[in-house]
Amino acid sequence: MKWQGFILPAGLVLTAEACARIFGISSDSLAAPSQILKAAWMLLADGSLFVMTGQTLLSAVAGLLLGGCAGLVLAVVLGLSPTLTRLLRYPIEALRPIPSIAVLPIFLMVYGFGYRMEIAIIAFACFWPNLIIGQAAVSGIEPRLLEVSRVLGLGFVGRVTKIVLPAALPRLFLAFRLAAAISLIVSVTVEIAMNPQGLGYELMAAQNSLRPEVMFAILLYIGLLGWGLNALLLFAQQRLFGAAGTAQVPR
Amino acid sequence: MSRLQRAGWAAASIAVGIAMIGIWQFIAWHKLVSPVFLPGPDQTWAALVDGFENGMLGEQTLETVERMIYGWVLASLLGTGLGALIGSSRRARELIAPTLEFIRPLPSSAMIPVGIAFFGLTKSMVVGVVAFGSIWPMLLATIHGFSAVEPRLIEVGRVLKLSRLQMAFKIAFPNAMPDIFAAMRLGLITALILSVVGEILAFQGGLGSHILEASRAYRSPDLFAGVIVLGMIGLTSNLVLSFLEARFLRWRRP
Repeated sequence: MKWQGFILPAGLVLTAEACARIFGISSDSLAAPSQILKAAWMLLADGSLFVMTGQTLLSAVAGLLLGGCAGLVLAVVLGLSPTLTRLLRYPIEALRPIPSIAVLPIFLMVYGFGYRMEIAIIAFACFWPNLIIGQAAVSGIEPRLLEVSRVLGLGFVGRVTKIVLPAALPRLFLAFRLAAAISLIVSVTVEIAMNPQGLGYELMAAQNSLRPEVMFAILLYIGLLGWGLNALLLFAQQRLFGAAGTAQVPR
Repeated sequence: MSRLQRAGWAAASIAVGIAMIGIWQFIAWHKLVSPVFLPGPDQTWAALVDGFENGMLGEQTLETVERMIYGWVLASLLGTGLGALIGSSRRARELIAPTLEFIRPLPSSAMIPVGIAFFGLTKSMVVGVVAFGSIWPMLLATIHGFSAVEPRLIEVGRVLKLSRLQMAFKIAFPNAMPDIFAAMRLGLITALILSVVGEILAFQGGLGSHILEASRAYRSPDLFAGVIVLGMIGLTSNLVLSFLEARFLRWRRP
């Protein structure tokens, strides 16, 4: 990132601070950057930021693993069997466009508030990218590799673990990266909409109790968290797979 | 694959779908899952028909679709307009793009509390939040499309003495179209999700309120009917956009 990139955010922060100082605003919807910083420090100091982060990330990771693994298993099966792919085409196309937030009331009814409801929704949301990209990755494997596995007389499990997964790994990781971003987005969304825990809920609660400085502190922190997660996974992808990982995703 | 074979597979796939609904009905009849949580397809269908004929379902669907489309159109216009402005100037790109990259991974629903703080819990707030949340894909895709123009095309434009505006409309915009279309598709799904979240939070009618009320009252057939309608909205809007994309990008096909 070049230094020019810092001009705009720095300018915004300085202008906001100057406006707040000069005009002495006390608003229910805006806060001076210094107040936001102070609120962030308070959240850090009393440890509540770690508690919320833990709640949100626990749901996100659990949902990602559950939904991601289920999607991956189905992706491998469908990727290796064109017959099953054709048979399940319409059922999958009918279920896929259901927006993840629409299943919220279903799981709310089944599980009530708490982790289980949130994890179930995140798993539902993370299932699809893994299934769609994973299936494309597996069915795009060099056919000669599969012929080799046949010649070697590998069983289904051997074929999957020794040939299919290693060959498709770069694009499976790409699917995982997308799903990880989705898991964070969905967990925050569920918390904002319904579930009384985690970062999203505290963000909403800060707005409700008219504390804009806390609201903006949490908002910025969520942005930082998402950005950091993305940067970390992008780094891992480039480090692990190099150019193979940056291959285009089919739409 | 011949046409006949393809039709055969399509029929087989639809048959599989029908068989799945059959299994769902079987589970519901034999109460393998508590009927409080899982209504049968027959009950869900009845709730769907009843909701459209006697209830508010049709009206609520219209409300949600209206909100989604208003927000999405607003976001598309603003996103491509701002993206074109930023994307066609190298200096603006260097100044603004890094900040936008930071905002991009921010969950768009996180902007809802900010939207409420500014606009209050009103109907226009929901549209505003929908637009604000779904603008990012359009904005970033347009900037990318405008900045990634083949250098030779720019040279051609210079030789033809095109003005800046002509350059943007005749060279950069067509070049950015595939990116913009992909982003508009993504933005439409985001818009649908945000409309529902906004309705759940703001109790402003629409399908979001419908499914939430149904779930609170344990009226699961109504809830499933609402979820099916939401799925249909997602499916239909995706199909319409695919169709438009195929039409507008026909010139790109070799």
